Amino acid sequence: MMGKPPAPFRFLDHTADAKFQAFGSSLEEAFVQAAQALLSLMWNRDEVRPLKRVPVRIEGRDEPQLLLGFLEEILFLLDARSFLVGGVEEIRIDSANTRGRVLTAFFTGEKYRDDHEIHGEVKAVTYNDMVIERGEDGSYMIQVVVDI
Amino acid sequence: LTLAGRSIRAGEAKAPADGLFGLFFECKTMDIKKINDWTWEIPRQGEMRVPAVLYTSRALLDALKRDKTLDQARNVACLPGIKRGAYVMPDAHQGYGFPIGGVAAFDMEEGIISPGGVGYDINCGVRLLKTDFMRPDIQGRERELLQGITREVPAGVGKGGAVRLSRHVLMEVCTKGAQWVVEQGCGLAEDLLHTEENGRMSSADPGCLSQRAVERGIPQLGTLGAGNHFLEIQELETIFDPEAAGVFGLREKGQILVMIHCGSRGLGHQVASDSIRAMENKYGLKGLPDRELIHAPIRSAIGRQYYKAMASAVNFAFANRQMIAHGVRRVFEKVMGSAGGMIQIYDVCHNVAKVERHEVSGRTREFCVHRKGATRSFGPGRPELPASYRQVGQPVIIPGSMGTASYVLVGTDKAEALSFGSTAHGAGRQMSRKEALRRFSGEQVKQDMRSRGIHLAANSMKGVAEEASGAYKDVDEVVRISHQAGLGRLVARLKPVAVMKG
Repeated sequence: MMGKPPAPFRFLDHTADAKFQAFGSSLEEAFVQAAQALLSLMWNRDEVRPLKRVPVRIEGRDEPQLLLGFLEEILFLLDARSFLVGGVEEIRIDSANTRGRVLTAFFTGEKYRDDHEIHGEVKAVTYNDMVIERGEDGSYMIQVVVDI
Repeated sequence: LTLAGRSIRAGEAKAPADGLFGLFFECKTMDIKKINDWTWEIPRQGEMRVPAVLYTSRALLDALKRDKTLDQARNVACLPGIKRGAYVMPDAHQGYGFPIGGVAAFDMEEGIISPGGVGYDINCGVRLLKTDFMRPDIQGRERELLQGITREVPAGVGKGGAVRLSRHVLMEVCTKGAQWVVEQGCGLAEDLLHTEENGRMSSADPGCLSQRAVERGIPQLGTLGAGNHFLEIQELETIFDPEAAGVFGLREKGQILVMIHCGSRGLGHQVASDSIRAMENKYGLKGLPDRELIHAPIRSAIGRQYYKAMASAVNFAFANRQMIAHGVRRVFEKVMGSAGGMIQIYDVCHNVAKVERHEVSGRTREFCVHRKGATRSFGPGRPELPASYRQVGQPVIIPGSMGTASYVLVGTDKAEALSFGSTAHGAGRQMSRKEALRRFSGEQVKQDMRSRGIHLAANSMKGVAEEASGAYKDVDEVVRISHQAGLGRLVARLKPVAVMKG
């Protein structure tokens, strides 16, 4: 049983980097909360206006690869497009087939402005200590360590 | 079977996290043999092909036992083609796959190359420049220098840097490294001589970079990044080895120096992620003790491709530090009237895999040496060193944590036999960022530094709290072990005057 989580995500102690757990009643929701946890390491998502929607499509051979690709997309958009993600909309994860899984969604957000405060940088999302666990009630817990 | 306190059901492909292998080791009694006061060994057992060798003190060994460093070292010792030992440096802590502060050399025929053995921030490294200025010369101008540097050297997170390269130019940067920057008039020929690999890994092939890596590199040349990256104005505090110090141009107490700590930014991170994915898709995860230990044979197409892409990221990082050094020179010219004979002492990589010649079992030949959070520490006579340093050995630059001392060491002959010519790379964290935020406030850290005469410029006070020196191991202890074990000899201690935190 997952128990009742105190928050949609929480941070755990990790010596060198940042480790979080995200919770959701579905895999999709847990992915969204994992994205929110990642965003909270870099900026205050309430200060990012949803001015633009960026479509995202990720393929993964398994759930961990899918999750890693999904979260890495946020880092890519920041570096390559100066785009700050604030939220996730219309997320859909296809059920597994022989080629793996596909995630589609839209990131909402806006271009970086000088008055945006970026309080942290995440170098990469890692597989270290990664857990994607389905509870008996169908809810999910995701655990991720990111390299800072 | 439990992991992180939660049960894992058989069946569906759950993330293996530390994997069965790591857990297997955790179940066994830790068998650590003391070799001498600074060297410990985990003898071969199970699937280990070589022992794990730890350069540490009894006090720091206890810290190593508390996280997964030792399990990770033993996992590395199981990899195909590893030679002599899986080495753990004095500042080691838990990493991904390989520990941070890990060194491993692989046979070129049977061996592997692993992005997890290099790390995400490819060629994260340190550059040290000396000046002719003395502490009193810059007295009262520290803030002005710091403001100038903050303007000239952006952290670049979100915004990018001052220049946006074309794709074509980025390719050239990744091919030529720091040399490209010097060709643009931003630096001196000596800068290149005093850079590991002369600032350019010739095996680079930017054609092996993904489109995404290229796109992340285009806006980021000349940016410091955030996290533990920093730029410091320092003063020489103590000279331990006058001969080596003299050769490096470290003259006397009070001499002003500049230290730059940063890496290959998003381009390098993307190379690591791309390669991990490509290797997973090619080789699968079967038998892997830890997903981040994914690897490919050195001679395989995918192994060669990673090496060429990694070398391209290495060059991007060399170019990045060259641009930043140029910016610092400009600021000194403007504020002080001249760059004060700002000469580069050296520039070292902390995260890299390189083909190097070493002696194993009486035969000298090539190996692929992975250094993840470790510094090359070549002694006298190595052909890789510039003529100016070949008599004494290479400068080894070890930054402390924010607001604490940094060190210059000199590489040793002995290190080649002990650790394939490697030593520590920094202080190494000992406290989580979360815990640091609980214990310190950014303002308090800043005031504490100010009371010790250190100026600080930072983009985020939260970042300052996270990087508080109390969250790190004692760098003095780390370099003492390096010195005692013979990995790198103490030359000089530097203390911060002004710090720009990315």
